[in-house]
Amino acid sequence: MAGHKTYEESIKAVYYGLGLLAFITLVEVGVSLFGKGHIWEGAKDTSWALWVAGLIIIALSVYKAYFIIYEFMHMGYEVRGMAMSVLLPVLLLVWGIIAFMQEGNSWGNRRELIQEKNALPVEAEDDSNGMNEEIIPLEEAMELHG
Amino acid sequence: MAEINIEHNETEEQQGTDWSGGNEPFKASYGKLMMWYFLLSDAFTFAGFLIAYGALRFSNANWPEPDFVFRTAPFTTNDNLPLIFVTFMSFLLIISSVTMVRGVQEGHRNNISGTAFWMLLTIIGGLGFLSCQAWEWNNLINVEGMTALTNPFSRHDQSGTYASESDLLEAGFVKKTAVVADVDDDEKSQYPPATYFLPPNTEDIAVNRYFVKRNHHQLHAGDHGDASHGDGDHHGTNMAGETFDAGDPYLITYDGATQAYELGAFKYNNAGSDDGYRGYKNEAFGPKAFGGLFFFITGFHGFHVFSGVAFLTVIMINVMSGLYLKANNGHEMVEKIGLYWHFVDLVWVFVFLAFYLL
Repeated sequence: MAGHKTYEESIKAVYYGLGLLAFITLVEVGVSLFGKGHIWEGAKDTSWALWVAGLIIIALSVYKAYFIIYEFMHMGYEVRGMAMSVLLPVLLLVWGIIAFMQEGNSWGNRRELIQEKNALPVEAEDDSNGMNEEIIPLEEAMELHG
Repeated sequence: MAEINIEHNETEEQQGTDWSGGNEPFKASYGKLMMWYFLLSDAFTFAGFLIAYGALRFSNANWPEPDFVFRTAPFTTNDNLPLIFVTFMSFLLIISSVTMVRGVQEGHRNNISGTAFWMLLTIIGGLGFLSCQAWEWNNLINVEGMTALTNPFSRHDQSGTYASESDLLEAGFVKKTAVVADVDDDEKSQYPPATYFLPPNTEDIAVNRYFVKRNHHQLHAGDHGDASHGDGDHHGTNMAGETFDAGDPYLITYDGATQAYELGAFKYNNAGSDDGYRGYKNEAFGPKAFGGLFFFITGFHGFHVFSGVAFLTVIMINVMSGLYLKANNGHEMVEKIGLYWHFVDLVWVFVFLAFYLL
C-alpha cells in the first residue's frame, strides 16, 4: 500500500474496510434470518424467499472474499501475473461445486427411491406348485405327518 | 548458448534483460510468493471439505436447519438467539484481521512498538475466537448432545413439528414423573420432577420411554420414582450428562430392551392443518454426517486459527527483539504471517456461509 496511498489514507482505508465487512456480515445474517422466516413469518412458506436469500448471501460472501484478498492481502497492488497465478486455479472449483451438488442431488434421489421401495408391501407370490414351501428335515416331516 | 545471449544483448536490449536472470517478474520475494501458493493449496483443501458438506447436505432431505441448531449463546438463558453468537465470532475474526493490517502497515514504517502492539491485539482476537469456539463445541457436545457420531438435530420446518406434551397425551401416551434424587432439601425447588412419556398400551412392560428435554440447570439424572418398573439398578448411569428442557424439540429415548438412553427427535406430521396432526413418527436422529462434518471442518479451521496465534506470538517476539529491523525489508515476515491470518478470516467467510447462513 505504501507508494499508492499516504500513511493517513491507508489507515483510513483500513477502518473503512472494517466498517464495510462488519456491515456486510450484519446484512448477511439479516438476509439469512429473513430467508428462514425469523423476520417475516411468511418467508417459511414461500420457497423463493430461501432461494433469493441464499443467492444474496452467496454474492455478499464472494464480495467479502474479494475485498479481503484485494485490500487486506494487497492482491490488488501485486503484479497482475502473480494475482492471476493464484486466482485462476481457484476457478477449477466452480466445476467442482457444480458437479458435486449434482452428485449430492442424485444421492438424494436414490435414497428417496430406496425408501419408497422399502415401504412397499411385499406381495405373496403364487405358490401353486409348492416350490416355495419351507423345507424341513425329513425326520421332522415324518413326525408331523405321522 | 552464452555467446548467443550476448549477441541478443547487443541487438535487443529489452529481451536481453528478460532472459539474463535476476529478474523478479512478479515483483515479490520468494517467501511471499510461496506463502501465496501455500494458501492456494490450503484453499483447495478447505474447498474439498466444504464441497463434501454441500454434496451430503443436498443428498439428505432431513438436513438440520442452522438457525435452529446454532441458537444458543453464553451468559444468557434465552435459547432462541439464532446465529447471534456466531455473528459475534465473525466480528472477532474481522476485527483481528483489521488489527493485522495495521500491524503490517506499522511494520513497513519500521515502527517496532506499533507493530508489536497491533500484533498483540490480533493475537487477543484470535484467542477470543478460539474461546468462543470452545464454548460452542462444549455446548453442542455436553448440552445439545451432538457429537461427531450423533446428531439430535433434524430438519425443522413447516412439514412437521416436534411433539409437545399435549400432542403426546392426545396420541395416547401416558405421562409419568420421576423425582430427581441426590439433591439437598433447600435446592429441591430448583429440580422439579422429570417428566417422561410411555407409548400407548405399554405401561406395564419395560419399553421405550420418551423424556422431554429439560433445561440443563435443572436435572442431571434419575427416574428414581419409577422403581416399580424393575430398573432400579441403573439409575446412576441414566441420562448422565443429558439434559432436558420442557417443550424442547427433542427427546431422550430410553430403550427398555437394552436399558440404554439415546437422543432422538419425536415428530408430529401435521401437514394440512395448523392444530391437528395426521400422525406421529419417531425420527431417531438427524443425519450423522452433520455432526462429523461440523466438528471436522470447524475444527480444522480452529486449528488454523490456533497455528496462526502460535506463529503470530513467535513473530511478535521477534519483532520486539528488532530481528526484522536488521533484515531491513520492511518487516516482510509480518506481512507473510499477515497473509496467513487474512486467509484464516477468508476461510471463515465460507465456513460461516456454508454452516451457518445457508
